[in-house]
Amino acid sequence: MEAVSEQEIAANNQEKLEQLLAFASTWTTEMGGWQPGKEVILRGRSLLSDLDSLTWMGLVIFTITGEIPKPKQVRLYEGIWLISTSFPDPRLWNNRVAALACSVRSTPALGISAGIAVSEATIYGHRPLVACFELLHKVKHELDKGDKLSELLQALYSTTTEHRPGFGKVRQPAKIPGFGRPITPVDERIQPLKKRARECDCHEGDMFRLAFSIESELLKIAPELKMNIALLMAALCADQGMSSRQFYYFITLCFSAGILACGIDAEQHKEGSFFPLPCKAIHYHGVAKRLWKPVS
Amino acid sequence: MKPEQAEIHSNFWDETACSSNPFEPEACFCAGYDVYGDLLDKVSWIDYLFLLLKHEAPSPSQSGLLNALSVAIANPGPRDPCIQAAMSAGAGGSTSASSLMAAIAVGAGNTGGAREVATAMQGWQKCGQDLAKWTAYLKQFEDDSWQASLEKDVWLPSEHIPGFNPHGTECAPIVKQTLVYLSNLSDTIVLPWLQQNRLELEVLAASPLAMTGVVAGAFIDLGFEPAQAEMLFLLLRLPGAAAHALEQYELGWKNFPFFEQGLIVKGQG
Repeated sequence: MEAVSEQEIAANNQEKLEQLLAFASTWTTEMGGWQPGKEVILRGRSLLSDLDSLTWMGLVIFTITGEIPKPKQVRLYEGIWLISTSFPDPRLWNNRVAALACSVRSTPALGISAGIAVSEATIYGHRPLVACFELLHKVKHELDKGDKLSELLQALYSTTTEHRPGFGKVRQPAKIPGFGRPITPVDERIQPLKKRARECDCHEGDMFRLAFSIESELLKIAPELKMNIALLMAALCADQGMSSRQFYYFITLCFSAGILACGIDAEQHKEGSFFPLPCKAIHYHGVAKRLWKPVS
Repeated sequence: MKPEQAEIHSNFWDETACSSNPFEPEACFCAGYDVYGDLLDKVSWIDYLFLLLKHEAPSPSQSGLLNALSVAIANPGPRDPCIQAAMSAGAGGSTSASSLMAAIAVGAGNTGGAREVATAMQGWQKCGQDLAKWTAYLKQFEDDSWQASLEKDVWLPSEHIPGFNPHGTECAPIVKQTLVYLSNLSDTIVLPWLQQNRLELEVLAASPLAMTGVVAGAFIDLGFEPAQAEMLFLLLRLPGAAAHALEQYELGWKNFPFFEQGLIVKGQG
């Protein structure tokens, strides 16, 4: 590394301090804010008069992208959330958190927000969704360079990965994200979401086609791996021009309706009645009983 | 058909049931120790914490180090973002749980948070006490190209070298005090080396050592893995969050900063 002079260090430190002092009193933003008693601005527009006719999903998309979505796009995005990620099943890991919270009479808001945080999972949820988005772009990039899809997929499938999605001290999404599924290989959501995409004229995009091309090619390499909804969600959003991070923002709340349903349901059941476990449910395989010797 | 009884697998926790009620434990065992029949009047909170994560009792040295570390990080003070988050919940009159959830969410990150500690530990795992390896490791952060090699994830890549303070002009006195004190505890290896080589590392990193760097070194000395350290760092900063949240709850929103003139909104239509 090149030696840095004392003068340069002093100048750098001065700059850091000036910046911190400026930040200490101001937050400059183009996102918006509240003018107490007067107005609410979002991305340069009045929430109360310019954006008040937006649907909730329209507002979410405008917040993420800065663009007012077309009605068909809104219907597509709503379909993605509704069909793909709003299961009212309290056994699902993120939903279970809201069910447990409400079963033991914590507040629904606490349970739901914890459930949303838990949706940042590895076997399902935010991490494989982000990985799917990346896979599509990576594969498209390679195909644009002239590579063959079958060879790309074969190479990916043959990759040995240090970490697995389902267990282990360090876990990461599957090496071919968007294929395979916990509990069942069949994904009942694919056809309804395809139907919604067709209704919204969003079924002919590059990524949408690529997702199904990958599925067809992969069938020859690993027939046990079936496409799951995550790849289709990513493809549809990529075709709408979302960036990877915009897609991540979009999915942060996508499980909320299912989580809410499980919270409501549990609150209406008897307190503490959500799958209580007897002591014998604990299957212990650790060291034998022993006596504590004080640390001295 | 009656559904099968669900099983929870554990290699450190066991319970025996009361004969009168299968849902009430008669005894609970942590790594083989009877929690209520043996540990309760013998074990310190810190030793029990160590036992829960490592499934073994700490040595006296480990116990002393974890105890001192816990004091050092229990309250980063009201200016720290994770504590501010808890205070923000308190000031608005939110629930106690939301205060701590807020502190955990904010204190989880890459900048001064648990993620930074876990990532900084990877530096220790790669380089150990080898200055040449540290030189090569820290060199990769000279520009942003290293970020391109990372898979996109829910976490953004760190914007600074983990364990070093991007806003610091010199190593903060409390960081130096903590490092000196923890280094002097017996059986530590990494921390004394860090103490000896701090200045050189800071030159290589072009930024001063941060508390997260000291904490990462301490967790390595304690034998924790990054994921365990991430959890402990989140947990051990909650006392400060709780105390400050309770205080702001009582003081109310009018005594908590709102930055009335601080928001500068650009591009207003």
